[in-house]
Amino acid sequence: MKEKDHIIGQSVKRVDALEKVTGRAKYVDDLCDRNVYVAKVFHADIAHGYVKSIDTSEAEKIPGVVKIVTCFDVPKNYFPTAGHPWSTEQGHQDVCDRLLLTDHVRFYGDDVAAVVAENEVAAAQAVRAIKAEYEELPFVLDVHKAMEDGAPRIHENYSHNILAHTSIRNGDYEAAIKEPGLTKVEGWYETPTVQHCHIENFICYAYMEQGRIVVVSSTQIPHICRRVVGQALGIPWGQVRIIKPYIGGGFGNKQDVLYEPLCAYLSTVTGGRPIKLDVSREETFASTRVRHAIHFHIVSYVRPDGTYSARKFESFSDQGAYASHGHSIAAKGMGCFPQLYPCPNIEADTYTVFTNKSVAGAMRGYGIPQAMFAMESHTEDVARAMGISPYEFRMRNVMPKGFKDGFSKNLNYYDSFRECMEKGRKEFDYDRRMEKYACQEGDIRRGVGMSVFWYNTGVWPISLETSACRMVLNQDGSIQVQVGETEIGQGADTAFAQMAAETLGIPFDMVHVISTQDTDVTPFGTGAYASRQTYMAGFSIRQTGELLREKILETARDLTRQMKENLDIVNGNVVRISDGEVLMSLGELATEKLYSLTDNGHLTAESSYQIKNNAYSFGCTFVEVEVDIPGCRAQVTDMLNVHDCGRLINPALAEAQVHGGMSMGIGYALSEKLLFDEKTGKPLNNNLLDYKLSTFMDHPDLKAAFIENDEPTSAYGTKALGEPPTCSPAPAIRNAILQATGVALNEIPMRPHLLFEEFKKAELI
Amino acid sequence: MYDIKALYEAQSVSHAVELLLEHPHAQIIAGGSDVLVQMREGKLAGAELVSIYGLDELRGVTLEGDGTLRIGSLTSFSQITRDPLIQKYINVLGEAVDMVGGPQIRNIGTIGGNTCNGVTSADSASTLFAWDAVIELTGPGGVRKIPIGDFYIRAGKVDLRPAEIQTSILIRKESYEGYVGHYIKYAMRNAMDIATLGCSVNVKLSEDKSTFADVRIAYGVAGPVPMRAIHAEEAGRGLPVSGQSIEQIGNTVLEDVTPRNSWRASKAFREHISKVLCKRSLAEAVTRAENLGKGAS
Repeated sequence: MKEKDHIIGQSVKRVDALEKVTGRAKYVDDLCDRNVYVAKVFHADIAHGYVKSIDTSEAEKIPGVVKIVTCFDVPKNYFPTAGHPWSTEQGHQDVCDRLLLTDHVRFYGDDVAAVVAENEVAAAQAVRAIKAEYEELPFVLDVHKAMEDGAPRIHENYSHNILAHTSIRNGDYEAAIKEPGLTKVEGWYETPTVQHCHIENFICYAYMEQGRIVVVSSTQIPHICRRVVGQALGIPWGQVRIIKPYIGGGFGNKQDVLYEPLCAYLSTVTGGRPIKLDVSREETFASTRVRHAIHFHIVSYVRPDGTYSARKFESFSDQGAYASHGHSIAAKGMGCFPQLYPCPNIEADTYTVFTNKSVAGAMRGYGIPQAMFAMESHTEDVARAMGISPYEFRMRNVMPKGFKDGFSKNLNYYDSFRECMEKGRKEFDYDRRMEKYACQEGDIRRGVGMSVFWYNTGVWPISLETSACRMVLNQDGSIQVQVGETEIGQGADTAFAQMAAETLGIPFDMVHVISTQDTDVTPFGTGAYASRQTYMAGFSIRQTGELLREKILETARDLTRQMKENLDIVNGNVVRISDGEVLMSLGELATEKLYSLTDNGHLTAESSYQIKNNAYSFGCTFVEVEVDIPGCRAQVTDMLNVHDCGRLINPALAEAQVHGGMSMGIGYALSEKLLFDEKTGKPLNNNLLDYKLSTFMDHPDLKAAFIENDEPTSAYGTKALGEPPTCSPAPAIRNAILQATGVALNEIPMRPHLLFEEFKKAELI
Repeated sequence: MYDIKALYEAQSVSHAVELLLEHPHAQIIAGGSDVLVQMREGKLAGAELVSIYGLDELRGVTLEGDGTLRIGSLTSFSQITRDPLIQKYINVLGEAVDMVGGPQIRNIGTIGGNTCNGVTSADSASTLFAWDAVIELTGPGGVRKIPIGDFYIRAGKVDLRPAEIQTSILIRKESYEGYVGHYIKYAMRNAMDIATLGCSVNVKLSEDKSTFADVRIAYGVAGPVPMRAIHAEEAGRGLPVSGQSIEQIGNTVLEDVTPRNSWRASKAFREHISKVLCKRSLAEAVTRAENLGKGAS
């Protein structure tokens, strides 16, 4: 008998590769009617205030303008935007603080009015011709100032602009710090506001059909979007249909409902005509979502043997003007503090604070890149203060195998951290480089650094984890697979096809994954976020695959008169395993079953699975930098990420995922920062020229390595890899610059401006 | 979709001048990599355009009888970089314009457009300043030639009179013969960026290569328009070729540069980098000059 081919673990070609490289793949803009009306948003050019009046008279005269809607026209249905599963418990629901258009402007770029026109030029002209009169209010851009008494109040119900404050108290911090012989290490660490910079800006179009509203959107979360559009328009959720085709990246920005509700509303007030809302890059920066800038304070008390006695953590997360994902991000960052380097005495507090700036939401890593910059910069400082090598210090203190988190019940099944670190140390030739770059002088210096990162998979037990799948058998034995988990460029569809092929025992090319999610047709799922796609979809694909396999084998039993338990599907054939005899192909079986005059039927399976587990996904980064001291620049010259994300479904795609995350980490560390004018609150660099997203020329050849410990709770042994690669590069780069120059930078991006100031202080220049 | 009121395509230089006379408010468009960007931003929305992009007579680099290098204003950055005359006589210009934007911009963007938009950060401008370039303009009154230093009036404003177009950039033989240069673009990333500061130098060494016979130092973004560091140049002339001299010249540039504080970079940072770039460019130019005649340039 021919051995079963294993498709899991093979670097098969992406299912969408050909479509995408030939330009045939259809994205939102490719799908929409050419005669679509164009909508453009009129944004506020003040940071805080009330709209007193809006003069649209000049705009309305422009030929081609169809309709202008202002904040005074829209229904007052406050709705939440976060791409979280809905909670049926009111206390756990996301904050409802958005309107389609607002008269209370809370940030520069807030949405005040919208134009519908026959074409882009008329729409743009009309937006320029609208005049709004404001009653301006004082505004605040800094989280600490926003928390002060008398600071401008941004939302009515939040005293001192604090959206939320949560704490952790473990052991007795105050008593523990009194232990004699402790060394105190303290630091403040700061991370910037950055933007996702997905290639395809946010875009959607909406139209009405049979009295229902259809929105085709570049979203990561079609089923969540359906609910939010329903809430925003005040209509039953079943009246809304969301279609998600291929999208050009999201990185979490599209894990928020952005302009789908407004676009849908505009269609309802223009007779159901198709309306397209195509957001510009400038608007994407200013008026969609950004990553939370977070300010951290960490204090550690360390014993002479290099173990922790007590630790304190504080963080202040800049939410911007609206709640969006809110406190979840800061809370996740704080949540890993007691876990990464376990210590019995912990005091931790985190605050999420409104400011009059662009709204912060989900972005790849969800608070962990920020937290890792602070925690792993601090770890380096502690190791140095104690005279222990940073590698050795981490080996001694990082979360051990067998660690169980009391809240999530997550169990660390393997010694992932140490295995990843050992692999990285060898592959990166870390020890030799550390020695070589010690004690350098001169203008151009090199250094190496490292950092670990903590991550987990999905949102259980904080939120719902569920996945649903449908499989349909075709006449030729091939199948369609549908899941609610979305392809957003990461290669999820390919991994899903590999899983389905593996479970059913059919060749990879006989699995057709329906890439598009259509909430009228696709089984319910919550979408792409929390690095959950392969892990979560795996459960429902495995379960549904087994159901379909059972049905196929029952049919095979009837058709071949063989005992079902002696049958299996191997490489697309029904095989009698007792002697390896191929009895029939799956195509023959499916055709016979569909057209049989005596016992016909359509073989399909559908099931949903509730996941009540969450899996740790750990790893580390090793970096070499070259620092030009007079030139005030740091350049990454070599970089390696090591991950234990369980079994690799597709090693080539996994490697690509890691490269992308490392690239994002380089920009985060060295160059990216969205700036706001102190005097007006206006974003200063909301375009790709002035916002310094890193380019290929700023990267070395990126290297990825893996430890493959099968995740025991997982349907296919796999766990998170989407977000983890972007979590540890920034602190590793910071620590490498520290080795090269002796200068500990506690702020990112470590761009020339900062290096100039810090090198001057250190008298290097 | 661009908000263009009308587009007139010139068939010749004189036709371009006629069109500009007929449409005095029209904006000249060449490669469009600046004009279309401003149009999209709304600054030039609804403008009339006179396109000179089709005028092939304004493309290419030629050597005139007296040894003057003539660079047609519509020559693209990538053409300049690949041009054998540029490579032979003023290779640094080819290197400088190879740092503009990305490959697509370098294929469409022209050196005439780069200088006519009057921005201090233009990668070609500081090098053209360093080589004492002469700007040739053609208008209703015929042809006039002015030094590049006079062409730049203030930020964003050049001496382009009504219905005039820039037709060539000229580098005279005495400007390049015996000189070797180097350009450093200092930007926040290694591609697709605008200069935070640019420094282009060229040097002429004495015959025995022991002293600086001449030093030219030019900057972009060290002031509102590209500029020469005349005090530093003066300080450099006649000095022995040495690391110490280069330090001295580099430190003198602070008498010349006048960068400003902006959110893009502070004045203090730009001043510091002005010195660093000057010293590094000079050191590289000297190395190149010393290798001159050894088969490298």
